[in-house]
Amino acid sequence: MSAPNKSYDPVEVEALKPEEIARRRDEALAAIAAAGDLEALREVKVAHSGDRSPLALANREIGALPPHAKADAGKRVGQARGQVNQALKARQEELEAERDARVLVEEAVDVTLPYDRTPSGARHPITTLSERIEDVFVAMGYEVAEGPEAEAEWFNFDALNFPPDHPAREMQDTFFVRGEKDGEPSGVVLRTHTSPVQIRSMIDREPPIYVICPGRTFRTDELDATHTPVFHQVELLAIDEGLTMADLKGTLDHMVRALFGEGMSTRLRPNFFPFTEPSAEMDMLCYVCRGESVGNPDRPCRTCSSEGWIELGGCGMVNPRVLIACGVDPEKYSGFAFGFGIERMLMFRHNVEDMRDMVEGDVRFTRPFGMEI
Amino acid sequence: MRVPLSWLREYVDLPAGETGRDVQAKLVAAGLEVETVEQLGAGLKGPLVVGQVLAIEELEGFKKPIRYCQVDVGQANGSGEPQNIVCGARNFAVGDKVVVVLPGAELPGGFAIAARKTYGKVSEGMICSASELGMSDDHDGIIVLPPEHETGTDAIELLELVDEVLDIAVTPDRGYCLSMRGIARETAIAYELPLRDPALLDVPAPNSHGYPVKVADPVGCDRFTARTVTGLDPEAHSPIWLQRRLQKAGMRPVSLAVDITNYVMLEIGQPLHAYDRSRVNGAIGVRRAEPGEKLTTLDGTQRVLDAEDLVITDESGPIGLAGVMGGANTEIADVSADPGSGQVAGTTEVVIEAAHFAPVPVARTARRHKLSSEASRRFERGVDPEAGSAAAQRTVDLLVLLAGGTAEVGVTEIIAPSAPHTITVPADHPDKVAGVSYGREIVVRRLQQIGCDVYGADDLTVTVPSWRPDLTDPNDLAEEVIRLEGYENLPSTLPRPPAGRGLTERQRLHRRVGRALAGAGYVEALNYPFIGEEVLDQFGLAADDPRRDLVRLVNPLSDAEPALRTTLLPGLLGALRRNDGRGEHDLALFETGLVFRATGDEPAAAILPVDRRPTDEQIAGLDAALPHQPRRAAVVLAGDREQAGWWGKGTPVSWADVIEAGRIVAREAGAELIVRQDQQDPWHPGRCAALLAVVDGQEILVGNAGELHPRVTKALGLPERTCAMEIELDRLEQAGTGRVEAPHVSAFPVATQDVALVVDASVPTAEVESALREGAGELLESLRLFDVFTGEQLGEGRKSLAYALRFRAPDRTLTAEEIATSRDAAVSAAATRTGATLRGA
Repeated sequence: MSAPNKSYDPVEVEALKPEEIARRRDEALAAIAAAGDLEALREVKVAHSGDRSPLALANREIGALPPHAKADAGKRVGQARGQVNQALKARQEELEAERDARVLVEEAVDVTLPYDRTPSGARHPITTLSERIEDVFVAMGYEVAEGPEAEAEWFNFDALNFPPDHPAREMQDTFFVRGEKDGEPSGVVLRTHTSPVQIRSMIDREPPIYVICPGRTFRTDELDATHTPVFHQVELLAIDEGLTMADLKGTLDHMVRALFGEGMSTRLRPNFFPFTEPSAEMDMLCYVCRGESVGNPDRPCRTCSSEGWIELGGCGMVNPRVLIACGVDPEKYSGFAFGFGIERMLMFRHNVEDMRDMVEGDVRFTRPFGMEI
Repeated sequence: MRVPLSWLREYVDLPAGETGRDVQAKLVAAGLEVETVEQLGAGLKGPLVVGQVLAIEELEGFKKPIRYCQVDVGQANGSGEPQNIVCGARNFAVGDKVVVVLPGAELPGGFAIAARKTYGKVSEGMICSASELGMSDDHDGIIVLPPEHETGTDAIELLELVDEVLDIAVTPDRGYCLSMRGIARETAIAYELPLRDPALLDVPAPNSHGYPVKVADPVGCDRFTARTVTGLDPEAHSPIWLQRRLQKAGMRPVSLAVDITNYVMLEIGQPLHAYDRSRVNGAIGVRRAEPGEKLTTLDGTQRVLDAEDLVITDESGPIGLAGVMGGANTEIADVSADPGSGQVAGTTEVVIEAAHFAPVPVARTARRHKLSSEASRRFERGVDPEAGSAAAQRTVDLLVLLAGGTAEVGVTEIIAPSAPHTITVPADHPDKVAGVSYGREIVVRRLQQIGCDVYGADDLTVTVPSWRPDLTDPNDLAEEVIRLEGYENLPSTLPRPPAGRGLTERQRLHRRVGRALAGAGYVEALNYPFIGEEVLDQFGLAADDPRRDLVRLVNPLSDAEPALRTTLLPGLLGALRRNDGRGEHDLALFETGLVFRATGDEPAAAILPVDRRPTDEQIAGLDAALPHQPRRAAVVLAGDREQAGWWGKGTPVSWADVIEAGRIVAREAGAELIVRQDQQDPWHPGRCAALLAVVDGQEILVGNAGELHPRVTKALGLPERTCAMEIELDRLEQAGTGRVEAPHVSAFPVATQDVALVVDASVPTAEVESALREGAGELLESLRLFDVFTGEQLGEGRKSLAYALRFRAPDRTLTAEEIATSRDAAVSAAATRTGATLRGA
C-alpha cells in the first residue's frame, strides 16, 4: 500500500487504474459465471470478493489518495465491487435453486407403492345399518330403548296379547331357558322380537312415548342361506293422543325416504299380529327399479324379483289390550308400532346373497363396509 | 289353504276372464296372504282320452315285465282302430278304462308324445299314471277309471287337469278362511259379488231318535251334532270330481266316507268324523280323560291320555281325541272281499260327528301329543259353531248321493246355551283409528258385508257373525272397515314427537367403542351366543369358575352348544379360526355384546295378568328371574399386527396389543385403566394382565388381556400366540370420569430430563412409573418410558428403565434448580418404593 501523498495520483496507482479495476471486475464476473456449483462459487467469492481479493485490496488504496481523487476512485471501485457482489448473489441463488431442484428430484419416490402395513378395521354392517336407522328416528325426536335378550315370557308374549296356547305363540319358534329346578319352566325365553322392549318402555315411561328398539332376537331356525337363529330387529313404538294409521304410514314413508332416497314410499297390506290391531304387512317400493320392472320382461329386477315392492316387515296400531297390560289408558292414548329385520334389509340394500355371510364373521365380508353404512 | 279357482267359482260368479293372479291381487289387498298361484296342467296338450283295454300281451325277456296292449280309444285317433301301446304298469286288466295319451300330445313338463319303438314294439302313445298327468305324486301304477266313462272322451276335461290353485297362508285369527266358504266370502266381498253360502242348507230339526250323545263338558264342547247314515255300499268309490278337488286342495283321496268328510271340512270348515256304527258301543260321550286312559289313534299310535285331554267316548272308553284325531277302534273299515264267498265286507253304517270344541283344550291336546291335524288346526283357530248341523247335513247328502246310503231320521243336536257376541263401538271409531273420515254409512255397510248385524246411530251395537270369533274389540271392527276400504287408500301424515334427548351415554359409549376398535384395525364379528361345556374345558376353567354358571336352553339347536355364553371369547375365537382356515392369517376381530350369567337362585318368572299394569314389585320379580346380562367388549388377535413389506419387517401380534385394546376401550369410556400382572384361564400364566378401573374409590376388575395359554391355542386349533382381551363395558361405564376438566395449557418452556433407573426385573414397570409421578409432583407435565434394557453390566435379574420426564410450570419458566429438585424427588420416590437406583450412579 502506498503512503498518503498529497501529489498522489490515483491514475498513477496501478491498482486503481480504471482499466485495472475493469479488468479485475471482468475477471470476477467471468469466474462467477464459470462457477459450476455452490462450492466453486464459494471459492470464487473468496478470490474475488473476499478481504484479499484484488478489488478489496484496491479499495484500501483509496484511503491514501488525496481528497480530490478519493471520490472518483471510490466510485469506480465501489461500482465494480457492487457489480461483482450482485453477480455473486444472483449466481448463488441460481445455483441454490439448481441444487434444490436436484435434491427434490433425487428425493422422488414411487408414490404408488402399496402400504398395507396395518390392515384396516371395520364395524359390522348389521351394527352400522341399525345405527343408521336409529339416527333417522333420533333426528325426529325418538329415543333409543334397550332391554335384556333373555327375557321373561310375560314381556315377550303375554303382555303383547299372545294368550297362552294361542297358535300365534307358535308362529315364533322360541328358545326356552331351562328352569333352575329340572323340568320346571323358568318363564324365561330368548326374546323372539324386540317387542318386549316396547312393553318395558310403556311400563317405565309416561306417554307421549316415541321410542325405537333395536336389538338381537332369537328363533329356533337352522342357519341357511335365508334363515339365521340369531338375527337383529328394529322396532318402533309411538304412543300419544290421537295417533292414527295415517301417522304410521307417514312415519314409514319418511323412514324409507331417509334410507333409500326421495320418491320412495311404502304399501300396507292387511295381516295379523296379536299386539297390533289393525295390523299390516309393510312393503317398500323397490329402490332399484322403482316398480318399473313390473310387467316389463325387458327390464327384470333382481332386487324385487320384478314385483316392484320389497317386503319389509310388520306394523299396526298398538292393540288396546297391550296398552291396558302396560297401564296406558286406551281411551286417551293410541299408538302405532312397526318392526323389521336388519339382516333382510341389509340383504336387499347391499345385495348380500347368503345369510351365512352375515353371521360367520369373515373379515373379507365385513371390511368393505367400513365405519358407517 | 289351497283353493282351486274352479271350485271357488262355484260360490262366487267371478268374471269369466278372471285369472288366478287377478284373484290373488284382490285377496292380498283384502288381507289374505296368497303365497303362490299354481298353474295346474300348464303345458298340457291333447289328445288325452279315455281308452278301454282290449287285449294284453305279456312281453318276456326284459328286466321287468312289460305289457303290449291294444286299447280302444274310439274315434280319438281318427281311425277308430285299436291303439298299440307298450306299458310297464300291471294294475289293470282287459276291459279296464284307462287314460291314454296319443302321439302329438304334450304332457306337463314339456314331455312330447310320439309313436316310438320300445321293447321291440312300436308304442303309439302311453297309458298314464296320476303323477304323469300332474294330478298327484301317486306313483302306484296307471289310473283305472270307473267303467261308465265313454271311450274317446277327452280326459283333460274329465279329470279337470287344467286349473289354477291359490295357496293361501291363513293367519291364526282367520280360522274361517281355512274353508272354501270363508275364502269365497272374502272373494265375494272383494269383488262386491253375491256369495252362494254352502252352509245355507235345509237342516231337519233335532229330535229324540238320533244317536245317543252325552256331553259332560259343555265348556270344552258346546255343540255336538250326530247323524246316522245306513245302507252304504262298501264298494262305492269317490267320483273323479271329488277326488280331484281333494287332490287340488292337497289331500289324498282315501275312501268314499273319509273323502266326503274331508271334502265337507274343506268346503264348510267344519271338521267331521265318521264312526263305523257297528263298532261303536252304545252312547257317544264327551268328557275329560281319566288319567292313564289309553287310546290308539288313527295314525296307529297308542297314546296315554292326560286328565286335561278332551275325549270322545263310547261305553268301552275313549274312541277319539276331541277335535284332534279319531280312534282306530271305530275307524271306517277298509273294503275287503271274502276269498271264499266273494262277499264284500266293509262299513255300511256310519255315525257322523259334527261338533264344536273350544280352541284351548284342542291346542293343548295337539301340542301334548305332538299331533297336529287338519281338524286341530281349524279348532285352534276357531270354527263356526253354527255351521255344524249344515256340515253334517252336507255329509249325509253326499253319502246318500254317492254311496247309496239312507239317512236315518234321527238328528242329535246338543247345544250349550250361548249368546252371540256383540261389541259396542262409536260409529267414528274406525275414522279415529285410520285417520280418515269414512263416515257412519261406510262403516255400517262394511260391517254388514262381513256378516255383522249393526244397530245404532252414534254408538253402534255390532253383533259379529258366528264364524268370526276373532272379532272381540272395537279395533277388530275398525280393521275390518279399514282393510275393506283399502289400506292403500290411507293418507300419509307425520306425528310430531316431543323433543328427544338423543342417545344415552351407554348407547354413545357402545358406538364409540365400536368405532375406536375398528379404527385400531379390528373387524367386528357378530357371533352366536351359544356355547357348550367343551370349550370351557378347553379353556381350562376350574370347576368353580363363574364362567361355568351357564344359562341353559330347553331346546338348543345343537346339543353340543346347549347354553348361553358367559364370555365373548369362544365365539370370537371360533370366527378367528374360521378366517384362519380360509386363508386370512393376520387377524384382528372384535365383538361387543351381552353375556349371560346364571346366579343360581333365580325364581321362575311369573305369568302376570294382562288386564292391568303389573305392580313395580311384580316387575321387579320378573327382572329377578332373569340371568345377569352385562355388556362386554372383546378382541382377539393372531398373525402379524403389522405386515412385513418394503418398509421393513412385520410385527407379530403380542400381549401388549390386546392390553392396548383394553386401554382403547377404557379411554372411550373415560376411564383410566390400571394394568396388573395376573394369572387367569385361558391366558398364558406369564402373559396375562388384569384390567382394573376405579369405581367409587374402589379398584374393581373390569377385564383381562394377554396371550392365550399355549395349551388353549392347541386345544382350539388356533394360530400360535393368539392374543385376547375381554372387558366389561357396563363396569367401565361406571368408572368413567364423566365431564372432562379442561387442562391449563402453559405457554412457558418445557424442561426435559431423562433418567435411567435400575430395578429388579420382577418390579412391575407400572409401579416405577407411579412412584416417579408421585415423587415428581405438580411440575411434571408428562412422563414416558422410552427404553427398557437388560444386560450383563446391570447384573443378573436387573433391568434398566429409561424415562423422559417433562417439567413445566403454568406461570413461569422453571429454574434449573426447580427442575433438578423435581427430578430428584421423582427418583427418590422410585428408590423408596421400588428400590430403584439411578443407572451409572
